[in-house]
Amino acid sequence: MAGRLNLWRWVVLGLAALYFLVPLAASVVFTVDVPGQGVTFDAYTQIVSADGFTSSLVLSLELAAATIAVVLLLMVPAMVALRLGAPRLRPVVEVICSLPLVVPPIAFVAGIATVLKWGPDYLSRTPLFETFVAIQNPSFPFILVLAYVVMALPFVYRALDSGLRAIDVKTLVEAARSCGAGWPQALVRAVLPNLRGALLNASFLTLALVLGEFTVAQLLGFQPFAVWIYSVGGSNAQLSVAVSVLSLVVTWALLLTLAGVGGRDKTASSRG
Amino acid sequence: MTATLTRADVVAAASSKRRRRVPGWIAVVPLLVFVAVAFGVPAIAMLNGAFTVKNQTTGATSYSTANLTESLKGAYFTALIGSVKLSAISAALGTLFGLPLAQVVVTSRFRALREAVLTASGVLANFGGVPLAFAFVATLGNAGVLTTHLGLKGKGWDLYSFSGLVIVYLYFLIPLMVLTITPALEGLRTQWREAAQNNGATGVQYWRHVALPVLAPSLLGGFVLLFGSAFAAYATAAAMVGSSIPLVTLQIADAISGNVLVGQENVALALSLDMVLVAGLVMAVYLPLQRRSARWLDA
Repeated sequence: MAGRLNLWRWVVLGLAALYFLVPLAASVVFTVDVPGQGVTFDAYTQIVSADGFTSSLVLSLELAAATIAVVLLLMVPAMVALRLGAPRLRPVVEVICSLPLVVPPIAFVAGIATVLKWGPDYLSRTPLFETFVAIQNPSFPFILVLAYVVMALPFVYRALDSGLRAIDVKTLVEAARSCGAGWPQALVRAVLPNLRGALLNASFLTLALVLGEFTVAQLLGFQPFAVWIYSVGGSNAQLSVAVSVLSLVVTWALLLTLAGVGGRDKTASSRG
Repeated sequence: MTATLTRADVVAAASSKRRRRVPGWIAVVPLLVFVAVAFGVPAIAMLNGAFTVKNQTTGATSYSTANLTESLKGAYFTALIGSVKLSAISAALGTLFGLPLAQVVVTSRFRALREAVLTASGVLANFGGVPLAFAFVATLGNAGVLTTHLGLKGKGWDLYSFSGLVIVYLYFLIPLMVLTITPALEGLRTQWREAAQNNGATGVQYWRHVALPVLAPSLLGGFVLLFGSAFAAYATAAAMVGSSIPLVTLQIADAISGNVLVGQENVALALSLDMVLVAGLVMAVYLPLQRRSARWLDA
C-alpha cells in the first residue's frame, strides 16, 4: 500500500516537473544553440543594443510607477475610511473593485477604443479634445495608466483588505489622534507603517500586471515592453525568446519576492 | 477587551465632533469618481455601441439588437464557440491534472516541497501572455528544440492548432487549479479517511464516497475559474496562432484594429458584450460555490 502510494507520488511529481521545466530549458537551449552557429550567447548580448528595447522597457517601468502611485492614492484612503467611518459603503466598494474581473481586458479595450474615437468624431471643437490628445501621447500614454489602474483594482483591493483585516485600524488611529496627531499624520505615521506588507504586496502585483500587459497596449497602438517582445518575434526568433526568458526571470524574481513577503504576512496574521 | 473599549470610548468622545464634520465616505469619493470615468464610460460606450446600428446610406443611427444577432452568426459565432470549446477543454484538463498534483503536494511530508510547489504555482498562474507563447514556440514550434530533436514534425505535430493551444494554456491553468484547490484539500480531515478505512473502505471507495463529494463545490468553482481565465486570454493566442484559430478574443482584436467590413465595427462591441455576459455568468457560478466551500471548511 505504502509502496504504491509512493510510486503514485513520484509519477505525479515527475510528470509535473517534466511539463513545467522542459519548455523553460528548451527556451534556453533554443537561444543558445543556434543552428549553423553552434553554441553562442549572441541573443543575450544583442538584447541591450536592440532597437526599442530601452525605450519600451523604460515606458513600461514609468507606466508601472504611475499606475502604482494612482491606485494606492485612490485605494488606501478609501479602504481606511471604510474601516473607520463608513462600513455601509464596504460592500459597494467591494463590488466596484471586483467589476473589472467580469470585463475581460479585450472587452475593456474595445470600450476604451470606442470612447477614444469620440475625440475626433464629436469633440474636435471642444477643450476636451486636447485632453483626449494628451492622454494618448505616445511617449507617455496616460490612457494606459487609467486602464491599468482599473485592471489592478481587484488585486489591490484583496491585498489591502487582508492587510487591514490583520490590524486594528480604529485603535491605531484613535491612539494617534489622542496623542495629538492630525488625520494625515495619523494615516501616514500610524496606519501605513503597519500596512507595509500589504502595500508591498499590492505594488508588486500591480508591477507584474503592468510589465506583462499586452492586450490593452497593443490594441491602442502603444509599445511598452510586452508589445515590443511581440514585435521583435517576427524578425528575430532567437532574440525574442531570449527576451522572453529574461522577462520571465525578472517577473519570477518579483513574484517570488512577493510570495516571500506575502507568506510572512500570512503566518504573522494567523498567529496574531 | 475592556481596556480597548474604555480607550475607544474616551477617544470617541474627544474626537466625535471633528469626525462628524468630515464624513468618512469623503475619502471614498475619488475612487468612485475614478471608476465611473475610467471604467464606467468605456463600459457604457461598449453597451451603447453594441446596440447601435448605423445606416450606411443615410448615416443615421438607431438602436437595435441587430449587432447582437450578427455576433451570434457565421464567423463570429464560430469564434465564440471555438473560445468556449477551448476554454472548457483546457479547464477540464486543468482540473483533472491539477487535483492529483495538489493532493500529492498537500499530503507530502516534506514542507519544503509544499512551499516550493505552492510558490511556483503562484508564479506560473500569473505567467501568461507573450513570453509563454514564445517559450512554447521555442520548445514545440516548427523550429522548436523538441520538434527538431524528436522529429515531431514528421509525426504530424503542429503547435499552432487547437490542441497546441490547449497544451500551452494548461501551463498557467494547472497552477491556478493547484492554488484554488489546496485550501479545500487541506480541509479534508485525516479522521474521515481513518473512519472510512475502519469501516472497510478501500482507497478508491474513500475518494468516491467521501473525498470527492466534499471537494465537489471547490472543484467546480476551480473549473469555472479556469474557464474564465482561458476564455479571457488573448496575448498568448495572438502571439502564437495569429488569427488562424477562430477565437472570440482574436475576432474582437481584428475588429478594433480595423480589419473588418464597413458597418461591422459595432459587432466587435456586441462580441465584447457576449464575453462580458459569459464572464459574468462565470462569476455568478464561482462566487456562491467559493462561499459554500469556505463555509464547509470553516465548520
